[in-house]
Amino acid sequence: MSIGHRHPEKLTRDQMAERVANDVPAGAVVNLGIGIPTKVSNYLNPEHEIVLHTENGMLGMGPEAHGDDIDTDLLNAGKLPVTEAPGCSYFHHADSFAMMRGGHLDIAVMGAFPVSKNGDLANWHTGEPGAIPAVGGAMDLAVGAKDVFVIMELMTKKGESKLVESLTYPVTGLGCVTRVYTELAIFDLDRAGSVRVTETYGNTSVADLRTMTTLDLIDATE
Amino acid sequence: MINKFRDSVDEVLADIPDGATILIGGFGLAGQPVELIDGLLRRKLTGLTIVNNNAGNGDEGLALLVKSGAVRKVICSFPRQVDSWNFDAKYHAGEIELELVPQGNLAERLRAAGAGIGGFYTPSGFGTTLAEGKETRHIDGRDYVLEFPITADYALIKAHKADRWGNLVYRKTSRNFGPLMAAAATTTIVQVPYLVELGELDPERVVTPGIYVDRVVQVDSTNPKEHS
Repeated sequence: MSIGHRHPEKLTRDQMAERVANDVPAGAVVNLGIGIPTKVSNYLNPEHEIVLHTENGMLGMGPEAHGDDIDTDLLNAGKLPVTEAPGCSYFHHADSFAMMRGGHLDIAVMGAFPVSKNGDLANWHTGEPGAIPAVGGAMDLAVGAKDVFVIMELMTKKGESKLVESLTYPVTGLGCVTRVYTELAIFDLDRAGSVRVTETYGNTSVADLRTMTTLDLIDATE
Repeated sequence: MINKFRDSVDEVLADIPDGATILIGGFGLAGQPVELIDGLLRRKLTGLTIVNNNAGNGDEGLALLVKSGAVRKVICSFPRQVDSWNFDAKYHAGEIELELVPQGNLAERLRAAGAGIGGFYTPSGFGTTLAEGKETRHIDGRDYVLEFPITADYALIKAHKADRWGNLVYRKTSRNFGPLMAAAATTTIVQVPYLVELGELDPERVVTPGIYVDRVVQVDSTNPKEHS
């Protein structure tokens, strides 16, 4: 069953990935981050010929490789063995990031710590003293892709919203996130900071979401 | 006759001095010049600056080089991993310097070095702590950070096949940083499982032309797929 507006239960992580997959247009070029974003590939319609980009130098990445198909020269950005899809191509790292920055990549799907209402993204460093920072390709993807979709749980275990007025975590990219998929709702963002709620799940109302996030959310669910 | 083929790993690494800046290719196992890194460890050098995407994994290769105390500074995009304990220990002990660079900026800074570009404005990293203190510019509605090339004394890379002029082809995602590092370093050292006759590589498929390559050494591949 496809996940639609007012799905009666809050979404599982797999359902969040499936919901993102439903929004990826046929023929789009997409980069899926490590973690829940990787699961999006499980729900893409093969007939849509969605081209997966991996920043270590490949377009047209196929599913994860198993058994005899494992080739240690063919890895994804998480360094796991993958396969070739028909029509794939290889290129070096500078080309791989040039196609990102150059605006050729349609969608990057990433995880996040928090996202601010105007689309500022934090997902690379907790900012804890002593923590060793590691950034990988996150900053390049954040500013490069035409659309950045974030998949994250809206509420932390402490009950705090991860969609916030302004970031307190170290920034990955400014004003780059265009849509946030959560277990309770989908939020469309713009750089001016107006947030539109387009779908809700699990009997959550837009009024509930306003209370949870303390943001002036626009009800765009109808 | 141009002949860049050399007989051994130890021979191609023999002149690397203490304090050298060395680019090391690879992303995960793909394109990692494992035997050249092991050879570098045997040299027992000190004060090295190493440029790689990571800072070593487990207890092998680059991680052992870091553990040995040979490395003064690491320039990379992703040092912290589940098995980066050797780097972590050196970092927390204050015994190694880290220059953290977004992966695309790392690639482009290497490309700039090989292409004779003195610097470039990139949107990656703008507004972040990694751009603190760096010159910025607003160009045609977008914000950019000025980044400089990463030049180096040596590059150690792995390719799939080489001829005696140093023309190289790669396999799949093992290409990654190889062509960029080959061009960026003063002296480029390549390990390949296959040496081929001059003229045997399809010129349309050569990825790194021999102009960027100085020394080639043959090392068998441990990847069975590379032999098929």
